[in-house]
Amino acid sequence: MPAAGVVMIIAVVAIVAAAVVYLVSTIVALRRTTAGLDEAITGVVGIIEKSAPVEEVVNTINANLDAGVDLLEGLLVKKAGLSDAVGLIDGLYPGAAAQGLRNIPESKDVKAPRISEVYTRGTLTLARLGREAPIAAASPNGPALRNPVYGSKASAALYPEGRPGRVPNLPRSPVIGADSPVQYDPDEEVGGPRKRMPARQGS
Amino acid sequence: MTLEWIGDVVLLVVVLPVVIYLLHGVLTAANSIVPSVNRIAAAAQRGSADLDAVPLLLHTQEQVIATVGVVADYGGSLDVILDDDQGA
Repeated sequence: MPAAGVVMIIAVVAIVAAAVVYLVSTIVALRRTTAGLDEAITGVVGIIEKSAPVEEVVNTINANLDAGVDLLEGLLVKKAGLSDAVGLIDGLYPGAAAQGLRNIPESKDVKAPRISEVYTRGTLTLARLGREAPIAAASPNGPALRNPVYGSKASAALYPEGRPGRVPNLPRSPVIGADSPVQYDPDEEVGGPRKRMPARQGS
Repeated sequence: MTLEWIGDVVLLVVVLPVVIYLLHGVLTAANSIVPSVNRIAAAAQRGSADLDAVPLLLHTQEQVIATVGVVADYGGSLDVILDDDQGA
């Protein structure tokens, strides 16, 4: 056999060998891909099966919640009136008045009274008096101003510049004694009906 | 004889490198798919595990229905107890 033929055979064998090596490696990689896809498909099927009833259940929940919201909004408007209802909702959820009530479109145009401001002031007053108002218990600034156990010390803190003195314009107390303007006569009134005091001028 | 040598040279210098280059490309592409598929499989498994709590929605549904029923009962009672707004 000529040398050229031998070289050609060697070249062809080398080409076939290279093809075999690479193709076998490719087959192995594709088998791993197939196994991974099988695992992925199993997971996806699980997702599909588990999420199938979600839409129906969520729609049912939303329908019931919608009915509850409609009921409460309607009851609130019926009892408190549209204006106060919007004010109360805006007090609980600031800015909610702009959205209005779902079943009452004209509620968006209602100017909400500031009901929450009154509630807040009253609650803050309770907190300052140390009456364990909920706002004091949950205050982010710490506990209530007044410690009920050491009340005197806490109350002194309410007047850092000293307790205010007597107000000079207070009305005078009723005068009693011999010089009082209205005299009490025991001979007339003991055992008898109480004498009517003279009516004030202009009342 | 000369043509046979030329053929040998072509096989060794041209055909063999081209075959190796093409097969190497196919193998690289096939290997690059495997990690992606594995990540997809892992994500699908985690997603499926996350949905294990979905049956609890049925309990939530029952609770919502019961709660709305109680709210409706209270609302009916309040409607009787409280006077309506005078402007209504």
